[in-house]
Amino acid sequence: MSFEVVARPHQENFLAWSKDKPQVVVLSADLTNSCEVGVWRDTYPERFFSMGMAEQNMLGVAAGMAREGLEPWLHTFSVFLYRRPLDQLQMSVAYPSLPVRLVGFLPGIMTPGGVTHQAIEDVAILRAVPNMTIFEVGDATEVESVIEIAHAIDGPVYIRQLRGEVSRIFPREEPIIFNHARHLSSGNDVSLLTSGIMTEEALRALPLIKDKGVGVDHLHISTLKPFSDPQVVQSVSNAKHAVITMENHSIVGGLGSAVAEVMAENGVGTPLQRIGIRDTYAHGASQKYLMAELGLDARALVTAVEKALGKSLGISDDELSDARIIDVHSSAKAEAL
Amino acid sequence: MCDTIVHFRVHSHHPHVVKRTTVLRGKDNDAMGQTGSAIDTSHIHDIAAGIRRRVLDHTLNNNGGYMSQACSSAELLSCLYGGVVNLPPADAPLLPKSFVGAPAPGGINRATGAVFHGAPSAEHDRLIISPAHYALVVYAALIETGRLDEDALADFNKDGSTVEMIGAEHSPGFETTTGSLAQALSQSIGIALARRTRGESGKTWVFMSDGEFQEGQTWEGLQAASHYSLDSLRIIVDVNQAQCDGPMDQVMSIEPLAEKISAFGWDVHKLDGHDVDGIIAASEAEGSKPRALLCFTDPVRGLPLLEDRAPVLHYLRFKSEDERARYQEAYKEMVK
Repeated sequence: MSFEVVARPHQENFLAWSKDKPQVVVLSADLTNSCEVGVWRDTYPERFFSMGMAEQNMLGVAAGMAREGLEPWLHTFSVFLYRRPLDQLQMSVAYPSLPVRLVGFLPGIMTPGGVTHQAIEDVAILRAVPNMTIFEVGDATEVESVIEIAHAIDGPVYIRQLRGEVSRIFPREEPIIFNHARHLSSGNDVSLLTSGIMTEEALRALPLIKDKGVGVDHLHISTLKPFSDPQVVQSVSNAKHAVITMENHSIVGGLGSAVAEVMAENGVGTPLQRIGIRDTYAHGASQKYLMAELGLDARALVTAVEKALGKSLGISDDELSDARIIDVHSSAKAEAL
Repeated sequence: MCDTIVHFRVHSHHPHVVKRTTVLRGKDNDAMGQTGSAIDTSHIHDIAAGIRRRVLDHTLNNNGGYMSQACSSAELLSCLYGGVVNLPPADAPLLPKSFVGAPAPGGINRATGAVFHGAPSAEHDRLIISPAHYALVVYAALIETGRLDEDALADFNKDGSTVEMIGAEHSPGFETTTGSLAQALSQSIGIALARRTRGESGKTWVFMSDGEFQEGQTWEGLQAASHYSLDSLRIIVDVNQAQCDGPMDQVMSIEPLAEKISAFGWDVHKLDGHDVDGIIAASEAEGSKPRALLCFTDPVRGLPLLEDRAPVLHYLRFKSEDERARYQEAYKEMVK
């Protein structure tokens, strides 16, 4: 059994959600259809502002609109929200703590567009920017429900958003919750914290790992800043052998670093293994290829667990590629998501 | 009018300094000096004199200041605060508050220096200051127009004060944070677009410096304002042709500035920045495009002593007691 795949969950959800919210405006920098707001533009043309390939100006315009009571939702690829216009993001939007929503598509290595389109250090950079709230979604339910929790924040928000065909891992009736991880499984051997698409990848390997008698305490993290969910301290404190983080991002400054900070501040001395992009740029290739090449896949998780336990688990590549999740929903509910 | 540039012929004995406007062409000619405007030009000249006097006094007392910016922009800011910008009235001069902390989510510390511009309304104009290092000049203009208490300058650049050397949005007269230059234009486009969606009639003004036209973001903003036909947007630029490293044409040329902005789809008025009547006429002229008032200014106007330090005029710090004494003498002349 595999997960339900939802086509363009953001497109329809955002269209319906913003229908009765006249203060919601969309700004786009020439990637409107690519960011699933082409229908939105055609439906609410008076609230859609095409800003062209001029992101520095777009960030400033959004700031001015937000000061005047509008709620700008900027849609473009992640790299064009924080990398090119970082000064404008910081001085025009973040310093005044304005309610500007940065909906960033193609986080990490989700595009064959290569290094120019791959946001591999966005979380690291934006975690260091005061006043930012950072969300990363891991499935269609979170693609849909992140909009409401972003809307609720009176300050700037950055979303690592998913597009296109997105798996629905979590039930629709269990939306994303601000600064609250999803507790997906319990165990004392290893504490595993995953974010974004890495959660689905981990869920492919975990049944095989658990079958070998390994207890895994698994948290799916969707709020990367603030990072103060007490479940994190609890999970890393209980792990006997290792804490493992898994992120579609550089191991510098993202989820792994945030967990390291929590561990150090709480005196948790368990070894930490950070699965992620190991301080290198990627290149243009398919997601699956890059995940294997960079060590971001299910195999990387198995290897990390083996290292933590000091023994081989004897899980074959065939088993991993065949792995499908049977009952994540029911087990997740048992842990009170 | 042949196109969107209103030409004023300017000449100068100094390659970087425009001394006066002599001729203008086009239908605005008739309006020159007899604008029919309700704005009291003698009051504006008083404000400008007060700006130069206060900034020089402050520079003397603090052994440093942005003096050339006061000399170049005194008439521009006196026009803006003296009636060209239809700001809401101020009930009484306000004392600046101490710095209480950086803004944070949840509306914490989000109050801005806009309070010195009066309570905003749909009909009134807004004024956004872009070159934040003109702060001292802005404060002086606010004092001269009864919006800021004159004791505020005692807090200038003092620890814990909002009367900062380079203004930020908590500083008097500053509605946004613009010290990283060229961001105010984009912010103001957002403000003007939002106001347009509400059907507001007031204009949105941006005071800019010419150095900002070296930044790419400025041109992105000019392009966007034109694309959206933002006729409620007005920029007024202190074209003093000087920047931190020296004369702009040696650091990075921006000319022909008027032609470039015009090519971006704006109404451009090329003016003598010390000609109050001309500034008022250009601000009140008919037009249906976003409008740029390029005000060519003299960075030593009203304080010829400064010419000795040319071409590096960005910041005045006295090199000797003798030099300070000469400026002290100039101040005495001003207050006579």
